[in-house]
Amino acid sequence: MGTRIGLEVSLAVSEAVKLARADAVAAYPITPQTHIVEELAQMVADGDLDAEFIMVESEHSAMSACCGTAAVGARTFTATSSQGLALMHEMLFIASGLRFPIVMAIANRALSAPLSIWGDQSDVMAERDAGWIQMFAETGQEAFDLTLCCFKIAEDKRVLLPTGINIDGFTLSHVVEPLEMESQEDVDEWLPTYEPQVILDPAKPVTIGPVGFPEIYTEIKKQQDMALRGSYDVVLEVWKSFEEKFGRAYKPIESYRADDAEVIINLIGAIAGTARIAVDRMRDEGKKVGLVRTRLWRPYPFEDMRKAVAGAKAVAVVDRALSFGGPGGPIASELRSCLYPLEKKPAVVGFIAGLGGRDVTIEDFYTIVAQTEEALESGYTDEYKMIGVRE
Amino acid sequence: MADKPTWKEYPMAATIHEPGSATGQNTGDWRSERPVRDPEKCDKCGICWIYCPDAALFMNEEGFYEVDLYHCKGCGICARECAKGAISMVEESE
Repeated sequence: MGTRIGLEVSLAVSEAVKLARADAVAAYPITPQTHIVEELAQMVADGDLDAEFIMVESEHSAMSACCGTAAVGARTFTATSSQGLALMHEMLFIASGLRFPIVMAIANRALSAPLSIWGDQSDVMAERDAGWIQMFAETGQEAFDLTLCCFKIAEDKRVLLPTGINIDGFTLSHVVEPLEMESQEDVDEWLPTYEPQVILDPAKPVTIGPVGFPEIYTEIKKQQDMALRGSYDVVLEVWKSFEEKFGRAYKPIESYRADDAEVIINLIGAIAGTARIAVDRMRDEGKKVGLVRTRLWRPYPFEDMRKAVAGAKAVAVVDRALSFGGPGGPIASELRSCLYPLEKKPAVVGFIAGLGGRDVTIEDFYTIVAQTEEALESGYTDEYKMIGVRE
Repeated sequence: MADKPTWKEYPMAATIHEPGSATGQNTGDWRSERPVRDPEKCDKCGICWIYCPDAALFMNEEGFYEVDLYHCKGCGICARECAKGAISMVEESE
C-alpha cells in the first residue's frame, strides 16, 4: 500500500522515474519543457537519483543523446512537449528503428503557428507513425503508474521499443492531484534491473544502425512492426502484474456506462473526467450515453475497440488534433478504419474540440451528443464537426 | 530473393555482430574512374594513403601504395592530394 499524498502530476512522473532508478536523462531544459526534467535535475543534483543528467541544446540532441545512452545499456528517460517533440521527429524514428527502450513523457500541447503554449494533442498525433508504443493517462495516479509500467514494457525482451506516456499539457501536467506514492522497496521488487540485449561494448564490437539495403529494409521494417503489434500482449501482462503488486488495474480502453449505450463518446486523455460527468447527467435524464476512453494508442487496440462500441448506434469521437484537409481527427479516422471490416457497425461522427487550450465543457458534450443524434437522423457528409468554433 | 533470410531470421534492427564485415562489401563497383599511379613520379610519401576516406590503399612489398579496387569508389581525393601529381584518374571502360 502506497502513501497517499498530493503532488503536481509532472512531479509525480519525476518520482516514478526516480523510483525506476533511471540511469540517464537527457533533456532540453527550457520551454517547451515541463517540471518533469527540472525535478529530475534537482534529484540528480541532490544525490537522490544516481543518474547521468545530460543537458543538451535542443530536443533533437536530447533524443540523440537518449539513443546514445540506450545504446550502451542505460535505462533512459526524457520528457518534452509540443515544439520540442516536433524537433525530435527525426530521432524518434531512429529510436524505434534501432529498438531502444527509451521512456518519454510527453505533456501534450498545441503546435505553432499561431504560437500557443496551451494544451491539445496535435504534437503527439503528428508522431503517430514514429513506431513508439503510446499510451495516455487521465489522472495523476495513472501518469505515475503508467510511467513505471512503461519501463517494464519497453525493456521486455519481446518488445524493446521506445514508449511514450502522454499527459495533457497543463490540465494534467500542471495540476496537483492526490495519489498513492509507492515505496522504493516495492518498486524494486516489481521492476527488474534493465538487462540490455545488444550494447555498444569495445570488448564485443557490434554495428548498431547499419545501412539497410533494399534487399533487407522491408524485412527489418516488418520485424519492427511485428514487435510493436506483439507488444500488446506484453502491455497487458505488465498491467496485470502491476495490478497484482500495487492494486490498480489498467486496460487498453476504459468503458464507462457504455454497455447499453446508443451513443458512445470516444476520446483520449484527461477530458474523460468532464465527459464522465456529462454522461452521468445525460443518463439521469434518461439518455443512453456512454464513454470509451482509449488508453493504449499504439499498438491500437482493434479488438477491444470493436467489442466496446459494437452495440452502439453511433460513436462520437472527440479529437484534440486536426488532420488538415483529411478525415478530421486521428482518433476518429483510426476508429473508422478499425470498424470498417465489420458488417454491422456504429456510425462514427467526428468532432474537433479543445484545440490550443480551449476548455471542453460539460455543455460541449451535450452538444456533441445532440449533433451525433442529428447526424444519425439526417445522415451526415462532413468529415468532422468543430465544437465551439465561432462561425 | 527466395534464398535470402526472412524477417524473422535477421538480427534485431539489422545489427551486425561480426566486426569489420563491411570489408566483404564490393563498393568498388560504384566507381566510374580509377586512380592510376605513375611509378616514375611517386616517391612513396603516403599522402594518398592518409587521405583515402575508405582505407582503400595498401602498401606493397616495394613500399608503393596500391589501390584496393574492390573497395575504391573512385572519389579522386588521392589524385587531388598527391604532392607529386603521380596519380591520375582514368575512366573505367565497360
